[in-house]
Amino acid sequence: MDTYSFLRELADSWALLALFAFLAFVWFWAFRPGSRDLHADAADVIFRHEDGPIVDTDKGPEGQK
Amino acid sequence: MWNWFKIVAFGIVTLLAAVAASWARDIAYQIHAIIIMIISAGMFVWSVRTADDINPPEPTGYMDGVIRYGVVATAFWGLTGFLVGTFIAFQLAFPSLNFEFLQGYGNFGRLRPLHTSAVIFAFGGNALICTSFYIVQRTCAARLWGGNTAWFVFWGYNLFIVLAATGYLMGSTQSKEYAEPEWYVDIWLTIVWVAYLVVFMGTIVKRKEPHIYVANWFFLAFIVTVAMLHIVNNLSVPVSIFGSKSVQVFAGVQDAMTQWWYGHNAVGFFLTAGFLGMMYYFVPKQAGKPVFSYKLSIVHFWSLIFLYIWAGPHHLHYTALPDWATTLGMVFSIVLWMPSWGGMINGLMTLSGAWDKIRTDPIIRMMVISLGFYGMSTFEGPMMSIRAVNSLSHYTDWTIGHVHSGALGWNGMITFAALYFMTPKLWNRAGLYSLRLVNYHFWLATIGIILYASSMWVTGIMEGLMWREVDAQGFLVNSFADTVEAKFPMYVVRGLGGALYLTGAIIMCYNLWMTAFGKQQPAAHSTAAIPAE
Repeated sequence: MDTYSFLRELADSWALLALFAFLAFVWFWAFRPGSRDLHADAADVIFRHEDGPIVDTDKGPEGQK
Repeated sequence: MWNWFKIVAFGIVTLLAAVAASWARDIAYQIHAIIIMIISAGMFVWSVRTADDINPPEPTGYMDGVIRYGVVATAFWGLTGFLVGTFIAFQLAFPSLNFEFLQGYGNFGRLRPLHTSAVIFAFGGNALICTSFYIVQRTCAARLWGGNTAWFVFWGYNLFIVLAATGYLMGSTQSKEYAEPEWYVDIWLTIVWVAYLVVFMGTIVKRKEPHIYVANWFFLAFIVTVAMLHIVNNLSVPVSIFGSKSVQVFAGVQDAMTQWWYGHNAVGFFLTAGFLGMMYYFVPKQAGKPVFSYKLSIVHFWSLIFLYIWAGPHHLHYTALPDWATTLGMVFSIVLWMPSWGGMINGLMTLSGAWDKIRTDPIIRMMVISLGFYGMSTFEGPMMSIRAVNSLSHYTDWTIGHVHSGALGWNGMITFAALYFMTPKLWNRAGLYSLRLVNYHFWLATIGIILYASSMWVTGIMEGLMWREVDAQGFLVNSFADTVEAKFPMYVVRGLGGALYLTGAIIMCYNLWMTAFGKQQPAAHSTAAIPAE
C-alpha cells in the first residue's frame, strides 16, 4: 500500500477514534466527582492577585497586602 | 560578558545588513536591509553607551511597562488598519481612488494585504501579546519570566509588522493569504514567536497558583498552534539570499490544502482561541463575578482546539482536493458550532444576576455585543462551509461580510473592552477619562458593523445569484461587469460602515490618551453606574 493510502486509512479510522476517545475522556474528566471545589477555586483566581505577585521570602511565600 | 556579546552581535548584524543592502536584488529587500542596518546600528550605539551601567536590582512587581507599550501599539495599529480598510472599501466603490501617481504602490492590490495584516497581525497580534502578558501574570501571581525577553517580543513583533507592511507596498509577497511576508520576514517572526512562547511558558512554570486558569490554556494553544502553522505554511526556498523572492516547497493541491489549513486555523487559533483567552479573563473581571461554568470552559477549550484544526478543507470545495477531505472539513466545521456556542453562552451567562450592568456599564455592553457577534459568526461560518451553501457564497462578498462580522464584531469589540479595562489600571487612574465617549464609541462601532455586514450579505447573495443565472438555452444571463455595476450602492454603504467604525476607534484613542496622559483626573469611577442613552 502506498503512503498516501495508508495514512488516509489511518487518519479516518484509528487516529480519528483515538482523538475522539481523548476528547470524550476530557469531557468526563471535567465532570469527575470532587472537581466542583477545585473548579470553584480556579474560577476565583482572577480576583486574587490584582496588584502584585506572590514573592518568596525567608518566612515562606508572601502575598500582596 | 553579556554586554560584550550584545555589542559584537549588533556590530556584525549592522555589517551584514549593509552588505545585503548593497548587494540586494530588489527594492523591497534593499529597503528592509537598510531598516535592519539602521536599527542594529542604533542598538549598537545604545549597547556601547550602557555597557558600564550597574544593573539595578531585579524588580519584583508585575512587569507592566511592556503591556503599556502594547496598549499604545494596539491602538495605533488599530487606527492604521481601520483607516486603510476604509480607504480600500471606497477604492472598490470609486476606482478612481487608485491614483495614477500611486500606481504600483497605493492601488487596491497592494493596500489590501496591508489592511488585512494591519488589523489581524498588528492590531490583533499586539492586543493578544499585551493582554496575554497582563493576564498570565495576574492569574499565575508571578512576574513575567525572562526579564527583558518580553521587551524583545514586543519590539521584535512590531519590527516584523513594519517589515511585512512596507514589503507589501513594494510588492514583496509570497501570495499566500494572511501569510504574505517573504522568507526572511517569516524567519524573523519564528524567532520572535519562540521567544514569546518561552516567556509565556516560563511564567506559567513559576506560577504561585496551583491551577492554570482557563484563559492561559487558550493563550497557550494559540501560541503553540500559530508557531506550528506558521512554520509549515512558510516552508520555502529563497531564490537568492540577497533577494526577497522565494519558492514554495509544496505545489498544487498540497500547497492549497496547507495554505487553508494555515488560513482557517489563523482564524481558529489567532482570532478565536487567543481572543477567548481575553474573554475568559476580562468578562468575569468587569462583571465582578467568576465565569458562569468553569467546567463548561474546560469542555469549550478541548472541543474547540480538537475540532478547529480539521476545518480548513471547507475553503476548497469544488477544487482538485478529494471529496472525502472537503467533506471532512465541512463536517468538522458544523460540529464546531456547538463548542463555539457553548463558549458564547458561558460568557453571556457570566452576567446572570448582573444583567443590569448591560444598561449601566458601557464596557460590559461592548463585551456582550462582542459575544453576540462571536455567536453569530460561528453560526454563519459552519453554515457557509456546507457544500451547497458554499457554491453560492464562495468568491462573493458574503465571505467578506462574514469575516468582518467576526473581526469587527468579535475581535474588535472584545479588544476595545480589554483596552478600556486595562488602561486605567496600567496607568494607575481611578477610571476612564469619559464613559460617555465609550458609549459613543459603542454605538458608532455597532452601527458601522451592521451597515458593513448587511450590505455585504445583500451584495454577496445578489452576485452569487447573478453569476449562476442561466437562460432557457443554458447561457449565462449576466456578465461579470453587470454584477460589479449592481454592487455599487452596497459598496458605498460598506464604506460608510467602515467610516463609522473608524470614527469610533478615533474617539477611543482620544479617550485612552486622556485617561493615560491627560492632566484632568476622571470624574466617574469605572464601576459607577450611568444610564444608557
